[in-house]
Amino acid sequence: MIKLLQGNEACAYAALAAGVRFFAGYPITPSTEIAEIMSMELPKRGGKFIQMEDELASMAAIIGGSLGGLKSMTATSGPGLSLMQENIGYASITETPTLIVNVQRGGPSTGLPTMPSQSDIMAAKWGSHGDHPIIVTYPHTVPEIYNETIRSVYLSEKYRVPVILLLDEVIGHMREKIEIPDENTIEKFDRKVPTVPNDWFFPFEGNLEGVPPFASFGEGYRYHVTGLVHDVDGFPTSKHSQIERFMNRLIGKIDNNVNDILKWEEYNMEDAEYAILAAGCIARTARDTIKVLREKGIKIGLIRPVTIWPFMEQPLINATKKIKKLFVPELNLGMLSLEANRVLKGKLEVCPYNKINGEIIYPSELEKFIEEEI
Amino acid sequence: MIEQSVVHKYLRKNKKFPHIWCPGCGHGVIMGSLLRAIDKMGVDRNNVAVISGIGCSSRTPTYLDFNTLHTTHGRALAFATGVKLARPDMLVIVVMGDGDAVGIGGNHFIHAARRNMDLKVVVYNNNIYGMTGGQASPTTPSGKKATTARYGNIERSFDICDLARSTGANYVARATSYHVKQLENYIYKSFNKKGFTVVEAVTHCPTTYGRLNSLKEPVAGMEFQKNNFIMKNLWDKLSDEEKQVKFPMGEFVDVDKEGFVTKYLNLIESVRQGD
Amino acid sequence: MGKKISFYEKWCKGCGICAAFCPKKCITMDENTNKPVWNEDECIQCGFCELRCPDFAIVVKKKGEK
Repeated sequence: MIKLLQGNEACAYAALAAGVRFFAGYPITPSTEIAEIMSMELPKRGGKFIQMEDELASMAAIIGGSLGGLKSMTATSGPGLSLMQENIGYASITETPTLIVNVQRGGPSTGLPTMPSQSDIMAAKWGSHGDHPIIVTYPHTVPEIYNETIRSVYLSEKYRVPVILLLDEVIGHMREKIEIPDENTIEKFDRKVPTVPNDWFFPFEGNLEGVPPFASFGEGYRYHVTGLVHDVDGFPTSKHSQIERFMNRLIGKIDNNVNDILKWEEYNMEDAEYAILAAGCIARTARDTIKVLREKGIKIGLIRPVTIWPFMEQPLINATKKIKKLFVPELNLGMLSLEANRVLKGKLEVCPYNKINGEIIYPSELEKFIEEEI
Repeated sequence: MIEQSVVHKYLRKNKKFPHIWCPGCGHGVIMGSLLRAIDKMGVDRNNVAVISGIGCSSRTPTYLDFNTLHTTHGRALAFATGVKLARPDMLVIVVMGDGDAVGIGGNHFIHAARRNMDLKVVVYNNNIYGMTGGQASPTTPSGKKATTARYGNIERSFDICDLARSTGANYVARATSYHVKQLENYIYKSFNKKGFTVVEAVTHCPTTYGRLNSLKEPVAGMEFQKNNFIMKNLWDKLSDEEKQVKFPMGEFVDVDKEGFVTKYLNLIESVRQGD
Repeated sequence: MGKKISFYEKWCKGCGICAAFCPKKCITMDENTNKPVWNEDECIQCGFCELRCPDFAIVVKKKGEK
């Protein structure tokens, strides 16, 4: 079915198609449409919606829902993300699959509720205290929001990890043509469940990929879930050897599976001498800029992370081997460029282009910047 | 042969005892009452969840052979809301301390009550933050000492039962770790009710609250409960001066307003029929 | 092991609550071990020491049980 949908709408319908059956959230611009649609659509599918008293509670509730056996999600924006960080860490350490949609707006604090910004890139990865595993995805069109929402639910279930889907305000609220598949044709990928009875089940013992099978509450596996560091039996531990084993597995299940988790796009990179690294709405600016610059004879391409965390370290190194300069336009003071510099270790000049006035970056200004830098 | 009680039946066999709580701490007494009440329910233990926040009381679930969840400080009710909506048939019990329930988690407490969410709350109220070493909590009585109120608490304290009553709970009762039979009875009664229920279990902390407030012998805290907590109907007849030093216990609310879960399941039913 | 009382000595922390609130005053705390000792002849098996023991260290046989 062909439709004209907002990014936020596409996100909500994709989550339903992916089998999300529990949503808890708190209203916040510019994400609210997602909650509104879920409130309307979930009961039709036998799912549950609840508006909680704040974002602390929303994040807590979806962890509870997920432990109860339902694919669960919430949606928010910057100030709400800050409040959710406490329990995002809890989802990480308890390995509870959850999807957090963060439709970014300008910050800090209440910031710019209705204007675009990409300044939560670091908060999504590092916002919750302590070393913790997390996956962050970042689509750039309405159709891609649909697909990435489904993939994000899948990744969160497969790796038992919270996944943050980063959206840009301007795409969340932009209408675009999208072909929506029949909800029933979308693969529902069930959780991997234990294969031994309760007495022999170690709830936090990883499989070959480092991920433990998941027993929902009420299925006969009466195990303990805690935000304290725990051993394979789920009980808190203060033994250094057990702590180390646990932390290594927790972080390792993402680090050792980056090839499966990473996704990126290279556009016009075959013959490129220059490249732009951009995500979300600014990747669209970059595409238009590349078209114009190529007409002027400048061989330039785009590298676009779709999975933004873990960062595309090796793919970026590979893609920039023949590149003379890397331009990094973004709506923050240099988060992607910081990563690019970290990964490329000075082997390539990274030229950041940053804008934080609540506007997007226009192709004309990016074009001018790149021409001056070349 | 050494005998086992009803309580022992529900303790995890792979946990070490004695438990973590200090000698004479009332928390074990409350946990025992809780387990006897669950046993009386005759429910399948696979269909029971015990959910806690952070603090001394919140170590309860670790020891219990149910689906157990030790969450973040103050948030137990929000986690429990998710579990209950995902598993409407499950008996979802939430154990919290006073700081957990009406301090850091106060907002979740009043909203869970307002929604009449079908959660069975047992608040272990020892009037202090025990685990962190005896800081003043929202239920530390005015004038009493804490490690962050060295000159006596100048704040007023919350009455947990009043708070639960005024925010819409279906069942509200209070007993103490001394009044152990009443405690078990109230918890059992709350389990049989729909909607949001709160049993305030007054307990004593010899180690922190007791040490600072001349009740440091384990027995002294229980002695205080024995002498100063009286049934509500008798307490009501006391003079205003007597009411300052005596505390009411018993059942404060016992109504049957429709709970959130019933309403939501009905909503699903009607939306689906309308399709 | 007593006829009326099962006592998990290892679990007992010696708080003395059982002795202090025994309605028949038939429990004393041993000065050396700081653990309770029952005078089982006086014990009426009311069960309060079991119910109030914070450490689940006491099991009182119900009256009539052998």
